[in-house]
Amino acid sequence: MHEPIAYFEHDADMGIVGRGTLIEEAFENAAAAVFAMMTDLGQVDLREHVVIEFEEADAEFALVTWLNLLLGQARSRALILGRFHLRRDGARWSGSAEGEPWRAGLERGVEVKGATLTGLAVTQRDGIWEARCVVDV
Amino acid sequence: MDLARLKEINPWCHALTLLPGEARAPVRLYANAELLRGMDAKVLEQIANVARLPGLVGAAMTMPDAHWGYGFPIGGVAAFDAEAGGIISAGGVGFDIACGIRCLRTNLDRATLAPRLERLADLLFRAIPAGVGEEGEIKLSPGELDAVMRGGAQWALGHGYGVAADLDYIEERGCVAGAVPAEVSDLAKRRQRGEMGTLGSGNHYLEIQVVERIYDAAAAAAYGLAEGQVLVSIHCGSRGLGHQVGTDYLLTLAKAAGRLGIRLPERELACAPIKSPEGQQYLGAMNAAINIALANRQILTHLARAAFAEVLPGAELETLYDVSHNTCKVETHVVDGKPRRLHVHRKGATRAFGPGHAALPARYRAAGQPVIIGGSMGTGSWILAGNPEEQNGAFASASHGAGRAMSRHQALRKWHGRELIHELAVNGILIRTRSMRGAAEEAPGAYKDVDLVADTTEKAGLARRVALLRPKACVKG
Repeated sequence: MHEPIAYFEHDADMGIVGRGTLIEEAFENAAAAVFAMMTDLGQVDLREHVVIEFEEADAEFALVTWLNLLLGQARSRALILGRFHLRRDGARWSGSAEGEPWRAGLERGVEVKGATLTGLAVTQRDGIWEARCVVDV
Repeated sequence: MDLARLKEINPWCHALTLLPGEARAPVRLYANAELLRGMDAKVLEQIANVARLPGLVGAAMTMPDAHWGYGFPIGGVAAFDAEAGGIISAGGVGFDIACGIRCLRTNLDRATLAPRLERLADLLFRAIPAGVGEEGEIKLSPGELDAVMRGGAQWALGHGYGVAADLDYIEERGCVAGAVPAEVSDLAKRRQRGEMGTLGSGNHYLEIQVVERIYDAAAAAAYGLAEGQVLVSIHCGSRGLGHQVGTDYLLTLAKAAGRLGIRLPERELACAPIKSPEGQQYLGAMNAAINIALANRQILTHLARAAFAEVLPGAELETLYDVSHNTCKVETHVVDGKPRRLHVHRKGATRAFGPGHAALPARYRAAGQPVIIGGSMGTGSWILAGNPEEQNGAFASASHGAGRAMSRHQALRKWHGRELIHELAVNGILIRTRSMRGAAEEAPGAYKDVDLVADTTEKAGLARRVALLRPKACVKG
């Protein structure tokens, strides 16, 4: 049994962790860890759709790219995202997310500016993938 | 932080000793033993990594408020010479490019403010878009956004935000040269669409303050400060556009470093030679983001003035100074008796030009540049004055804030937002925020002792204390 989402300590910012039996699942949970810092994901109405496509052979750079594309798309459309899907085909990553425009009733956490290369690691141990990095808040 | 590897130069400045076979430039930590002991060991590791980057001039340094960052520590200062193969690093500037503080002095005193404080705090909270998910009223077309990236606060002034005198008291008169909007990605531009004139989240704030004590009468007179006077400080940066520029170039520079054979001790130090295509692209994009930040603080100043005018007719809010603390700037500094053009990275460090510097407005030239150290919402902030460069010794840099003493996660475990806000109100400090989580993470107890930071900044010769400010009301992101 593994915790799908976790956080680790960092002085000024926050470390996020996503875990899963597939690397894609670990990345999806890492995204959930990021967006859960901004609101209670259980409150998010999943009525808007965001598509993410990118190519990246390096799994660690792919994690940062995935998170930053989600953050960028969400901010550019003033959305909060609550559910994430990702598929990998070699260096090709195809993902999507659902959410809604920010509204008054949503809990306000802290804005995440971007995912950094600090504390960045994508590892597999005992059949569980773990994706982690520090995000700037 | 373990002090075993540090050698005391004086009680307020320490050097990192070299290990056998270790190849790097010198490292200087401006802090006393008490501040050093409270710093995470990562600060030392990160600044030692900075000292291994190509083309570094002098030492890699940390300011008294240093804490663990990404790539560079927060409070890190490093200067690079383009002619000596020097680099520019996105991790040396940070995601929130040109995050900084605009300080406004008012013609109000504590007694005038007191009966209107609550109404003013409420109105500012309604007028200033603050916190995650909040957008501003200004929506710019792509062409208009390009104009902001080129014009900074000067663009804002030209569109009715502020008064001409504001520009005299902003770094580079509110507009840095070298902005290249074409080097900013479409996604970065789209991220900014609704974010002009917004405060942001995290440690950003708009705070009403009162001058509690003057420490340097001459500099205070030059800055127009008196005990009991009301000030307003606005802490924010380049919003979504700057965040995306940081994001885009982190990977671009990390890959460039690999291709160009620059061995990075840590990938977050992503960098490229200043003269490389990638280095020049980042410089152009970063300067565009700096101008966005300067325009943003100019617009917020306008919104704050409008709120004050409604509650306190006759209130005048003049820009005391606006200075960024996440930048890389091209400056001339004397090194070994010779002037050199350097790219000075300040990540969580404030530029602190000394008396007589040509870049300062005439009114401040004798006193030196105002240096603003923003504290927590419950303790205080400081205004200091820049010292002559031979006394400063850190490429005219000084502290920028209190510096975190514990992580956000630790703070969340220790405080609850609603209780904290109540406690501060009981102590006469009004907090207005949409985020209880944010309030807890920003608890005053999560920060270092700002008075100790200011005192150490002065004793280290980085800048001298002018005025202590106490918070009265704070709009938090």
